[in-house]
Amino acid sequence: MAAAHTLKAKHRRSALRTLAFLSPWLTGFAVFFAYPMISTVYFSFMHYDGFRPPAWSGTRNWTYVFAHYPFFWPALRNTLWLVVIMVTLRVLFGLGIGLLITKIKTGTGIFRTLFYLPYLAPPVAATMAFAFLLNPGTGPVNSILERAGVPAPGWFDDPDWSKPALTLMFLWGVGDLMVVFMAALLDVPKEQYEAAELDGASAWQRFRYVTLPAISPIIMFAVVTGVIAAMQCYTQPLVAGKVASGVIQGAGTMFEPGYPEHSTLTLPQLVYNLGFQRFDYGSACVVALVLFALSMAFTALLMRRRGGLIQAGD
Amino acid sequence: MTQVLDRPAELTAPSSPAERTARRRALLEWIAVHSLGVAAALFFTLPFVFVFLTSLMSDSQALSRDLIPHTWEWGNYRKVFDTPGFLTWWRNTLLYAGLGTVLTVVSSVPVAYALAKFRFRGRSLTLMLVISMMMLPPQVVVIPMYLFWARQLDLSGTLWPLIVPLAFGDAFSIFLLRQFLMTIPDEYVDAAKVDGCGDLRTLLKVVLPMARPGIAAVALFQFFAAWNDYFGPQIYASENTDAWTLSYALESFKGAHHTDWNLTMAATVLVMAPVILVFFFAQKAFVEGVTLTGVKG
Repeated sequence: MAAAHTLKAKHRRSALRTLAFLSPWLTGFAVFFAYPMISTVYFSFMHYDGFRPPAWSGTRNWTYVFAHYPFFWPALRNTLWLVVIMVTLRVLFGLGIGLLITKIKTGTGIFRTLFYLPYLAPPVAATMAFAFLLNPGTGPVNSILERAGVPAPGWFDDPDWSKPALTLMFLWGVGDLMVVFMAALLDVPKEQYEAAELDGASAWQRFRYVTLPAISPIIMFAVVTGVIAAMQCYTQPLVAGKVASGVIQGAGTMFEPGYPEHSTLTLPQLVYNLGFQRFDYGSACVVALVLFALSMAFTALLMRRRGGLIQAGD
Repeated sequence: MTQVLDRPAELTAPSSPAERTARRRALLEWIAVHSLGVAAALFFTLPFVFVFLTSLMSDSQALSRDLIPHTWEWGNYRKVFDTPGFLTWWRNTLLYAGLGTVLTVVSSVPVAYALAKFRFRGRSLTLMLVISMMMLPPQVVVIPMYLFWARQLDLSGTLWPLIVPLAFGDAFSIFLLRQFLMTIPDEYVDAAKVDGCGDLRTLLKVVLPMARPGIAAVALFQFFAAWNDYFGPQIYASENTDAWTLSYALESFKGAHHTDWNLTMAATVLVMAPVILVFFFAQKAFVEGVTLTGVKG
């Protein structure tokens, strides 16, 4: 009887202890996530411009965003482009640079640092740098291309070239993937390579049948996190569009997003455009929920896979 | 003929033709790999070089297609510093990044510790929610959050809406710290308990000293996240130039100086430089953090 009692008290104490340690996050979760999430769902069914009180509007915001808002489908198409082309190139390039760094035997530390540094460049600064490097008027890239007799593209000023220009910038900042792939490649047991070599496997066969299977969970991780990052891509396309179009803020919020011709629009930019430029909070919340659903779908993928991916369970 | 003894067999005395081919092949591979390495290094460094060179050009030369400055205008950097507001933006950025980082670490450590070392019901669920929050872009909840900070608390035009939430744990930091704390053997925690340490004392006296590399990585990431943040200041600080941060203010240089890329690039260098300097001083912690986000829990 007494033993059971103390056991119960002990349980209660340990539960209280856990609660105490978790309390900062529990508060944060409630105030900065649960409440605004519920609120976002609520506003998505309201007409609200921030001045007059919110009024029920049923599914009108939803039909507006999907059927009439001119930016939604271009933004989704751009996102798909980034997901398919940019993420693929970035993973391949990251793997290539990771392989290269494991093969470099002289000056490895210097090479690794030089390859990694661009990843650290603050996004706005990197975008300003590339807006300058790639500007068709005085940019060094086009100067060099023209001297070499190669037709120089318009980059951030050409709707067909703005996403390739962004991709080039994201390839430049591939340092995170390089480090992840490098660690994975060094983890592949040496004996497997030696065994394959004894069996007369060529370099390609060793890569195909030893390296690739061993690092496939990391490739999967890179792809899924890459897809999530591509869907949420905000600062770089926004700043690139603003700088290339020459429409820069003061404190002003009025600029046409997605220059040139909506080619750099992404979903998060629509939340800003609808909420803070058009003062249509309801429709902004609809886009926010689409962004939420897409992010969660891919995060679920990340958590379900076992192996190299994030494991939530024990 | 004497050879150095500890060389691998195939590199000594190239007597047989097979050994000679193998040696030549190794040399060719070395040359190929390192040429590729140099080419890649150029791709990664030339953008920095061109940006830096342009930042030193005269106004008239910045309008030309020259790659190298004729005269080295170090005064461009002075002009950037003299831009009205520039020092305020520095101070704001340091406040957001510095105070934000301290708050993040203090509030995230206990949560990460509980997730790594306590056994309780709902632990997996909590961790899943943390990971989910980590993967969510700030745009998802920005409308209600903006209305909350601007309408209810009247704090728009300041950086407080960005700093205060960091006192309630940051999902990414919690996750990263938890990954790190998982690598500390339970025996240390148990031993401290046997010695009569309470949970808080165990955390502060035993676990924290061992978790220093993890904390350093989290602090660095948070510092850079605040330094790099554009969306946050755009939402909350844009209306008040006195509350801008460097990352947000940077594009205004292009607006103020129109096509003069030299001053814009000088400002760009000044936004990049601190991050790169900090990296050089804390390289190890940083790379450790990047790999931690990828490894299994």
